[in-house]
Amino acid sequence: MLKLTSLQWIGLAAFFLGVFVIVPMIIAASGRTDLFFTLTSVGLLAIASAGVWLTFYIGRINIGQGAFALLGAYVSAILVTKAGMSFWLSLPIAGLFAAFVAVLIGLPILRLRGVYFAMITLVLTQVFTLTALALPITNGAKGITSIPLPGELSILGITLIPDFSTLENPRQAFYFTTAVLMFLTYAALYRIVNSRLGHLCRSMQQNEELASSIGVNISYIRILIFAISSFFGGIGGAMFGSIAQSVYPSSFQVADSVNFMLNCFLGGLGYVFGPMLGTLVLYFGWDLLFELGKYQMLVYSSLLIILMLFLPNGLLSLRLPKKGGSGK
Amino acid sequence: MEQILANGVYLGAQYAMIALGLTLIFALMNVLNFAHGQMYVLGGFVTYTFYGQLGFPFVAGLVMSCVTLFILGALIERFLFAPVIRRSSRDESTMLLAAGLAFFFDAVILLLFGEKQRGVPKIVNGVFNWDFRLIMPYDRILICVLAILSIVSFILFMQYSKTGRALRALAQDRTAAQLMGVNVDRYSMIGFALGAMLAGLVGGLLVTITGVNLGMGGPTSIKAFMMVMIGGAGVISGAIAGGIILGFLEAIGLAVLSQYGDITYLMIFVSLMIFLAIRPQGLMGKPWG
Repeated sequence: MLKLTSLQWIGLAAFFLGVFVIVPMIIAASGRTDLFFTLTSVGLLAIASAGVWLTFYIGRINIGQGAFALLGAYVSAILVTKAGMSFWLSLPIAGLFAAFVAVLIGLPILRLRGVYFAMITLVLTQVFTLTALALPITNGAKGITSIPLPGELSILGITLIPDFSTLENPRQAFYFTTAVLMFLTYAALYRIVNSRLGHLCRSMQQNEELASSIGVNISYIRILIFAISSFFGGIGGAMFGSIAQSVYPSSFQVADSVNFMLNCFLGGLGYVFGPMLGTLVLYFGWDLLFELGKYQMLVYSSLLIILMLFLPNGLLSLRLPKKGGSGK
Repeated sequence: MEQILANGVYLGAQYAMIALGLTLIFALMNVLNFAHGQMYVLGGFVTYTFYGQLGFPFVAGLVMSCVTLFILGALIERFLFAPVIRRSSRDESTMLLAAGLAFFFDAVILLLFGEKQRGVPKIVNGVFNWDFRLIMPYDRILICVLAILSIVSFILFMQYSKTGRALRALAQDRTAAQLMGVNVDRYSMIGFALGAMLAGLVGGLLVTITGVNLGMGGPTSIKAFMMVMIGGAGVISGAIAGGIILGFLEAIGLAVLSQYGDITYLMIFVSLMIFLAIRPQGLMGKPWG
């Protein structure tokens, strides 16, 4: 087990209190239940962004997370609608399938580095969208609609998760589910980073040849990391499909892939919780600017550029002292 | 068959020009310019404004596209990319900046020109018809010739002019170029501006045939990335080869695979993956460019 400092325990407790008690209370008090949906989206995007962050951790720029999110969403949707499988079973299957595809695709493309890898993952997103349009099982541009809400999950007759369609507020249920998933994702991420694997990843980030010369099995690690990353993407996408109750080829596009990358950059690549913060800021920033109407995009992109100009190492670099050349 | 080859040459010439600008910027500054497609769209809209709206001659529109994008590129390099490269601890930060710029250009184009498809009157009328084996409108032939001429003059410029020599030295080794007395900051700016100008020029040329609309930017960037990957990043000959190869693949794919639906790009991507598994640096790229 990891030993956490008392400060970290306090932080963890504050996180739980905030997410599971204070936020629902505020929402209940203000009556704005639509905020549940917004926060759920933030949580899911943060899960997918966590995967992107992990590939950054081995020194690869991943702009292909949208592809795996789309894949996860379709796998879960097809299993639930065509095979009548329970959503709770289809969720891990969607993640595992995305990881499996990531291994197949990763074998050739993970040999690429730097800009080459960034470009091919970007192309990958576009290709998955095109594939979803062309294949018969995905139902083309019409997509898969009216996916049923997640059903009951019970073990030995004890109900663990109630049937979502019987709840009076399924959005709240989705919110709690996502919060738990997000917590698990980031706990796993933290565990990976602070383990032997994390050390090996950092050594690869700095110099792959050197790492391999001292006995690090780099081809194994990069495929493992890419698979974990895509697993997160698949889970996030599957959950998204279930909440929206529909999946279209345009559910996750190139712009979404770029946004996942932006979340990581904005939060800061050196910090595990960077992508979570980045997602929150970007998503709410975009929502707040909605008031500006047609100037929304203009102001949003200008802010991005200005932010990049003055804080090129991410938001969290404000608080923490700069580590000299940590990225190189 | 002749038709497919002619289409391939036509597509390849314009693709090669787009890839040239992208690869130039990448070679000089190690920046992956996400906004390249948007610069191309912007160039198209400038020509549309001057030629289609204000009634200037077509060549004047093209020149305006080049000038506008050249100045824009220079300003962007000077005030955005150069400071970020200096301050950031990671190279990749420039990618976020480029992505932000892509969004920014999209927003500007939307506000200035709207989201409708825009076209301009034809520059030359008539269709070249060789026995119904090869049918090609004259304006396409003209644009194709102009594109090839631009590529040739760009290569000559890079090969023989003082600026071109400096740019090539910079692409080879930044520090060595600086030690030899090349003004690195100035030539980075010129290089970026040239890359942006090439994108604007293609946009201006193609507005006469395909027209221009807001949504063209992103897909164009993606195609440009594919070409650069085929040819090898940062190599001029590679960009030209990549552009021509992708042009031919697309022309052949659209002709042969059309009965199976929209799978041309799927096939191109699968072959690209197999190709990259064998040769990760592309046809002519340096390993790990």
